[in-house]
Amino acid sequence: MYSEQIRPLVAQHARLRMAVDELTDESDLYRAGLTSLSTVNLMLALEEHFDVEFLDRMLGRQTFGSIRCLAEAIAELRGATDRDRIAG
Amino acid sequence: MCVQPAEHGDLALPTGDAYREYLGELVAEGLLVPMGVRGVYGRGRDFERVIVRFDEYVARASAELAPEVLRFPPLFNRSDYRRIDHIHNFPDLMGSVHTFTGGELEHREMLGKFERGEDWSRNLAPAEVMMTPAICYPLYPTLAGGTLPEGGRRVDLQGFAFRHEPSDDPARMQIFRMHEVVRLGLPGEALEHRDYWLARGGELLRAVGLHATPVVANDPFFGRGGKVQKAMQREQSLKYEFVVPICSAEKPTAVGSCNYHLDHFGAAFDIRSHDGSTAHSACVGFGLERVALALFRAHGLAIGAWPRDVRHVLALD
Repeated sequence: MYSEQIRPLVAQHARLRMAVDELTDESDLYRAGLTSLSTVNLMLALEEHFDVEFLDRMLGRQTFGSIRCLAEAIAELRGATDRDRIAG
Repeated sequence: MCVQPAEHGDLALPTGDAYREYLGELVAEGLLVPMGVRGVYGRGRDFERVIVRFDEYVARASAELAPEVLRFPPLFNRSDYRRIDHIHNFPDLMGSVHTFTGGELEHREMLGKFERGEDWSRNLAPAEVMMTPAICYPLYPTLAGGTLPEGGRRVDLQGFAFRHEPSDDPARMQIFRMHEVVRLGLPGEALEHRDYWLARGGELLRAVGLHATPVVANDPFFGRGGKVQKAMQREQSLKYEFVVPICSAEKPTAVGSCNYHLDHFGAAFDIRSHDGSTAHSACVGFGLERVALALFRAHGLAIGAWPRDVRHVLALD
């Protein structure tokens, strides 16, 4: 559900070798040119956009490996945020 | 040849105390000379002798691979610094050289601040150079835009590196020497180099009585973004360190490392392998001061009392 919002952030921050439109949600971002430094830039952009903070256990290639993985991570983090807001 | 490391009961001390105690012993013996700044020392005769002999020992092992031999000063071009990601990854460790470039008026203004004990460093301007944070960094710009020969290139390097991390740990110096052997080439060639030195480096250290264990490690990347970098470096096993206990058994010290850089430097400086692909690189590095500290810890502060085979291997007799 978040992948459409994630795509422009990937386009802007991931410094891939191809246009983001050429990627499916399952495409391997590391094969497309994502480096460890551009992962950091992408992470910080996602955190700012979605107002979330990635958990330590999420900080690895698996989380950032595809748009789908990122969408799932954001959904998990947003879920927690939304629950906090409801509880608060 | 098998040299057993000496046992030290005081390795069980709390780490901070253990650092200060060992540092005190080294200073009392004249092996290190404090310079009033944590992590910056003069080196006494015997300390330097061990470093020189271990350095030559590594150079002999490196020569078996017939590398090119190059030496760079501990400074490198500020514009080259801009092409690597050091400022993103390790901003807290950098050393930037600044100098005075003003005229008479600016000089008087700076002197006024100096005399009043104020911060005069704001009146300085950046020089053309940065302190070298890792001794292989000056190598890559010299290969920029070039194509490597078939089989890549092997280069033997030695020199001082600077990292701003003041500490009471005598093994965490701000300026220290590394002996490195770098390989640039195809991914398989870089990996072969890394794996060769993982085995050979361990042999070299064991032969002088340092039972170094290779462990997967990460560089001290900065901040929250650094957490991702550390995790990814470990996931891909890009860095191995040879660790030995110097002051603490729980926090052993890295005396060397084997690193696979992927195409990080090849891409930053447009270095190509003979087939036109972006060059990959790998390096082994021995921290010469740390090795000396580990040797003095393992065998005692008097070189004459070191095991005969260690003195023989290092040509210390």
